[in-house]
Amino acid sequence: MGTVLQYLDQEPFRFLLSVGAILFLVLNLAAVFTMAERKTSAYIQLRYGPNRVGPRGLLQPAADVFKLFSKENLSPSRADLWIFLGAPIAMFIPAALVWLVVPFAPNAVIADLNVAIVFFIAVTSIGALGLIMAGYGSRSTFSLLGAMRGAAQMISYEVPLILSLLGVIMLSGSLSLVDVVNAQGGGFWHWYFLPQLPMFIVFYIAGIAEARRVPFDLPEGESEIVGGFMVEYSGMTWGLIQAAEFASMGLISAITATLFLGGWQPPIEALDFGNFNWIWFGLKTALLVFTFQWIRWSLPRLRMDQLMDFGWKILVPICLIWLFVTAGLMLLFPSVF
Amino acid sequence: MTLALLQGAAPEIGYGTLYVYVGLFLLLIVGFVAATLVIARLIAPSRRSSRAKGQIYETGEVTVTDPWRPFPVRYYVFALLFLIFDVEAAFLYPWAVIYNESITQGMGLYMFVEVVIFVFILATGLAYAWKKGALKWV
Repeated sequence: MGTVLQYLDQEPFRFLLSVGAILFLVLNLAAVFTMAERKTSAYIQLRYGPNRVGPRGLLQPAADVFKLFSKENLSPSRADLWIFLGAPIAMFIPAALVWLVVPFAPNAVIADLNVAIVFFIAVTSIGALGLIMAGYGSRSTFSLLGAMRGAAQMISYEVPLILSLLGVIMLSGSLSLVDVVNAQGGGFWHWYFLPQLPMFIVFYIAGIAEARRVPFDLPEGESEIVGGFMVEYSGMTWGLIQAAEFASMGLISAITATLFLGGWQPPIEALDFGNFNWIWFGLKTALLVFTFQWIRWSLPRLRMDQLMDFGWKILVPICLIWLFVTAGLMLLFPSVF
Repeated sequence: MTLALLQGAAPEIGYGTLYVYVGLFLLLIVGFVAATLVIARLIAPSRRSSRAKGQIYETGEVTVTDPWRPFPVRYYVFALLFLIFDVEAAFLYPWAVIYNESITQGMGLYMFVEVVIFVFILATGLAYAWKKGALKWV
C-alpha cells in the first residue's frame, strides 16, 4: 500500500489526481449551490424549499441536471449562431480555470503560479466578454440591454477589485496565493482581514458585482428585463451559464477566504489539523457563500447610475486612501509587519 | 483533497511545467464543456422549427425593430477612466510586491514618496473628472 501511495505522489499522477478532484468539485459546486441557495431562500422566507426528490429534497439538483439535458435547445433564427453558442463556453471556462491556483490545504494546489493573483484577475475578467457575447449574439432587445449593463458594471467594479488587492500584496510581498496563505499563519489575528478591513469589504463587494449576484444582478434583472443577456438560452446552454455563475460565486468566496481570511490556516494554532486543514478552507468558503446568499435575499437591486456612482465615488477612493494608510504604517512601524 | 493526505512535502515542479499544467487543465475543461453540449445534443429533442419558434422573446410582443442598431452607450466616459485606472493598477502591482522588501533595505521612504506622487496625479485626474461632471449619468 505504501508504495502505491508513493507512486501517486510522483508528478504526472499527482497532477492527474488533483485535477480530477478539482474538476469533480467545480462541476458539483453548481449543483450543491443551487440546492443551498433554494434552501437558504426558503428558510429566509419561512418556506420549506425543495423537499420532494430524495431525503429532504437533496436529490433535487440531480433531477434538475437530467431535466436540463432533456430540454430542447432553442436559438433565435436571426441570432449570430457562433457568438450565441460560444458565449456559455466563454463564461464557463474562466470560472473553472482559476481553481487551478487556489490552495486547498498545505501542498494541495495544482499549480502554484508565482503570478496567481494577476492570473485570477485576468482570467475572471474574460467572463464579462462571454456576457457581452451572449447579449450581442442573441440579437434580442432584452439581451442587448443586459449586455450593455454588464459592460458598464464590469468597467466600474474591475478597478476597485484590482486596487483592493494591493494591500494584501504589499503585506505579503508576493503574488503567489500559496505565499499569501503562508504569510497569514499563527492564529486569526494574523489574517489580513484585520489590517485590511476596508479593502476586504471593498473586495467582497466588488466580487459580488464580478459574480453578478444581487444587488448587482442588473445584467440579469429578472424582474425588469426577464433574464437579460440569457433570455434566449434554453436547455444545456442555459445550464452552462448557470454553472458558470455558481462556479464564479464559489470562486470569489474561495479567493476571498484565501486572501483575507487565511485560506487553510486554522483560527488558533491548537486546532491545526496538518493536511486536514482543508476543513478550515471549506468552512471559510462555505461561510462566505452563505453570506452571498444572505445578501441576495435581503437587499433590493441597485439602480444603474447608483451602481456606477458607488463604484467610482466610494469604492475607488477608499482603496486609494487605504493604500496610503497601509504604506505609511508599514513605513513607520516596520517591525509590526 | 485526498491528495494532501498522501503528501509529506510539495514536489519540486519546474517553472515551465506549471504552464503546461495550465494548458492541460484548460484542455480538460474545454473537453468537459464539449462533452456536455454533445450529450445534450444527442439526448435533447429537436422538433420541427417554425417561424414563431425562431422569434426572440419580448414578453409576448411582436418585435418591431432590429436590436442591432446604433445604441447610445451612456457611460463611455467611465470606460476611458477605466482604461486609465487599469493601467495604473498594472504599474502599482510590481511596486506593491517589492515595497516590504525595500523597507528592510532602507529604501522605504523613497518608494513611498514615489507612489504618493504617482497616485496623486491620477487621483487629481479622477477629482477633475468628478468636478467636471464626467461621473454623472448623462
